[in-house]
Amino acid sequence: MTVLTGARERWVRTGGVELCVAELGDPSQPTVLLVHGYPDSKEVWSQVAARLADHFHVVLYDVRGHGRSTAPQPLRGGFTLEKLTDDFLAVADAVSPDRPVHLVGHDWGSVQSWEFVTVKRTEGRIASFTSMSGPSLDHFGHWIQKRMKRPTPRRMGQLLGQGAKSWYVYLLHTPALPEMAWRGPLGKTWPRILRRMERVPSDNYPTSSLPSDAAHGAWLYRDNVRSRLRRPRTDAYAHAPVQLITPLADVFLSEQLYDELELWAPQLTRRTLPAKHWVPRTRPDQLASWVAAFVRSVEGGRQEPRATGRYADRFGGQLVLITGAGSGIGRATAYAFAEAGARVVAVDRDGEAAARTAEMSRLIGAPDAWAETVDVSDEQAMEKLAEKVATEYGVVDVLVNNAGIGLSGSFLDTTSDDWRTVLDVNLWGVIHGCRLFGRQMADRGQGGHIVNTASAAAYQPSRALPAYSTTKAAVLMLSECLRAELADDRIGVTAICPGFVNTNITSTARFTGVDAEEEARRQKRSARLYGMRNYPPEKVAEAILRGIVNNEAVVPVTPEARGAHLLSRFAPGVLRRIARVKPPV
Amino acid sequence: MATALTSERSAELRGFRRVQRLAYECAETVAAQLQPGVTERETARMQREWLRERGVRDWFHLPFAWFGDRTAFVGFRIPLQFFPTDRRLEPGMPFILDMAPVYEGFTADIGYSGSLGVNQVQHKLMDDLQAHRELILREVRERRSLREIYEDVDRLMVRQGYANRHRAYPFGVIAHKVDRVRERRWSPRLFGFGTQSLKGLAADALHGHREGWSPLWSPYRFSDHPPRPGLWAVEPHLGFRGTGAKFEEILVVTDSRDTEESAFWLDDDLPHVRRWAEEK
Repeated sequence: MTVLTGARERWVRTGGVELCVAELGDPSQPTVLLVHGYPDSKEVWSQVAARLADHFHVVLYDVRGHGRSTAPQPLRGGFTLEKLTDDFLAVADAVSPDRPVHLVGHDWGSVQSWEFVTVKRTEGRIASFTSMSGPSLDHFGHWIQKRMKRPTPRRMGQLLGQGAKSWYVYLLHTPALPEMAWRGPLGKTWPRILRRMERVPSDNYPTSSLPSDAAHGAWLYRDNVRSRLRRPRTDAYAHAPVQLITPLADVFLSEQLYDELELWAPQLTRRTLPAKHWVPRTRPDQLASWVAAFVRSVEGGRQEPRATGRYADRFGGQLVLITGAGSGIGRATAYAFAEAGARVVAVDRDGEAAARTAEMSRLIGAPDAWAETVDVSDEQAMEKLAEKVATEYGVVDVLVNNAGIGLSGSFLDTTSDDWRTVLDVNLWGVIHGCRLFGRQMADRGQGGHIVNTASAAAYQPSRALPAYSTTKAAVLMLSECLRAELADDRIGVTAICPGFVNTNITSTARFTGVDAEEEARRQKRSARLYGMRNYPPEKVAEAILRGIVNNEAVVPVTPEARGAHLLSRFAPGVLRRIARVKPPV
Repeated sequence: MATALTSERSAELRGFRRVQRLAYECAETVAAQLQPGVTERETARMQREWLRERGVRDWFHLPFAWFGDRTAFVGFRIPLQFFPTDRRLEPGMPFILDMAPVYEGFTADIGYSGSLGVNQVQHKLMDDLQAHRELILREVRERRSLREIYEDVDRLMVRQGYANRHRAYPFGVIAHKVDRVRERRWSPRLFGFGTQSLKGLAADALHGHREGWSPLWSPYRFSDHPPRPGLWAVEPHLGFRGTGAKFEEILVVTDSRDTEESAFWLDDDLPHVRRWAEEK
């Protein structure tokens, strides 16, 4: 049984074993060779392979002793990296004799691919290498030695941390025990453990060969780990461009392992994603898009990366939708994402302003940017937008519900129409966004993030902004509740509370209970006050990106917003006093 | 009498035009010579020497050169940071040359933006400066208050998605008056500014203070008056995420009742204006 639908299979005979090789896609396209890890078989890639097959010639094979490939006899000494390199060369020669292949490895597939990409005899056979969750044993050896030789507290911490994460490696070195466990109870419960611990989707994987895969694969460790860590090669330099994808919540490998990887792999492209170890199963969309982009850039002569933003490793190629992106914080956020290499959908009711944001975004690093003219308070328009975005651009990875309007004036002067307007935009706009795009994210099941722009007014009461503050308090609580609900789907929710930021919200805000002339005067006056405060929206945008990367729940931004946030917890009475002060507008 | 006045004025304008052209010629020549690795200091010196060889003895201010994100004044807190540094030019980097030579008693103050190779962001910024040049002239002819014009320029920048970077200049000025300067054999400078020119500016400031106007065109209350006849060096400066672009040239304001005559750009044959015409 296979979960690789439409795959063409063939057998490659090499060094006493027969390897089962599957191919998908058009063989005239660049070849992408996927190498699986431990304890897996090539079917671990089925979701990724299906997505890549539209554009590339995708090749997968069962590593010797795994899946339907045969095992070497005897097992001991049959899994050395040298023999695995022979296997790789045999497969590459069979499926792509004339052109170098693009390697992609996960876990042990990545460990062995590092060997392939750093030894002399494969030069010219590898066009690029995408590594995930599997360091080179040689680099790892040097990493340990460096920390042993000069043990600073930080280095000792890193060493002990990784040492604890490698517990299973020690167990796999015991004789016979791992085999018995895998062929016995562990093999049976493994799928359930994976679903519970790693939250992989429940489909027909692992395949029935799991017990023997895992039993044979123990020799991968026994044949290589000790010898390589003790005497790491000193010439393990990559001879092809490398893309490193690091899952940040990996329980087996710490991030610091790759700290100095640039020494071994110049021109390294780094990617990070908030996920656990089995990313080929939990994040196939993201992996396929990064692999495809990397392969294309290498095939196209590898231009300098345009996205130079601080979080380019995290947001590169992701789809980000921002409402209220025609000005202020929304626009600055769009630019910050564009600099990080994200694809941007700029939504605003002012179509011209949204188009401008999209245009500038493309200039500063967004591979693609689109403008959509939508009023967030219009439910039908939002539904249409969600549909259009899903069909034309894909499922949104990050949603920023930022659109909002200002309303100032005493409660008794605020008409029900005023209330309706501000609620429609500030609260209903957020609800529509979360409901429609949150549903798409949850259905895809590959994580995501929602950011809602609340306000410091969400916890700072004031006599000047009763309606506005009410809507923002609602947004804050909505975000907190949503965060609890969507945590199971690995979707983060963040509420941003900026404070006084110099944007044009002041000049468009409504002031109740005064005539038009007085309203204009107050708008001007408050705009001037905010201008004097002069806190730039760019800093809020930075806080938004940081909040997503750290998955923070509530992010107060300006010093006054942070101060008020503290007071709201420890001295709310002070805030109530401040609330009674008449603002100077 | 009237004709004598007119001819005297046009002779004066010719003098200003001559020095402005000379300065722009200097900017274009130096810009064409810039190579990767050249520093801001070296670039400023190139400008200074080029102009000195052609007879410039005094300065409104010494030449400036800004490279990379210094074109947008990123992280500028004190005025000393305007002075040229050892920052080196790299391919694709934007740069701005800004100089204010005095030649035969006439002052110019110009700004020239460019990049080493292609820089699409700066290209876009330069395109968008055209609207500012038109806006400023239109509103000056309407005799709007300088402070209001300043705010309108600000609004246009925000709509375009840019940051106002002339705000970083001393007093946040978008323009300042320039005038004729008496030629002296000895022309000392104070923080890069010619003392003769500073003296003129101070005299204007004193007069203006008594009469309710200012030689500095700023966002503040002291600029809340209609444009004052004279020559204004106008320098809108756009910034966008670490890239800046500006032009600077002289706007002539007169007390004529004729709209066209009441305000006009001293010279329309300048690099940035030619560029906009070519792109159309």
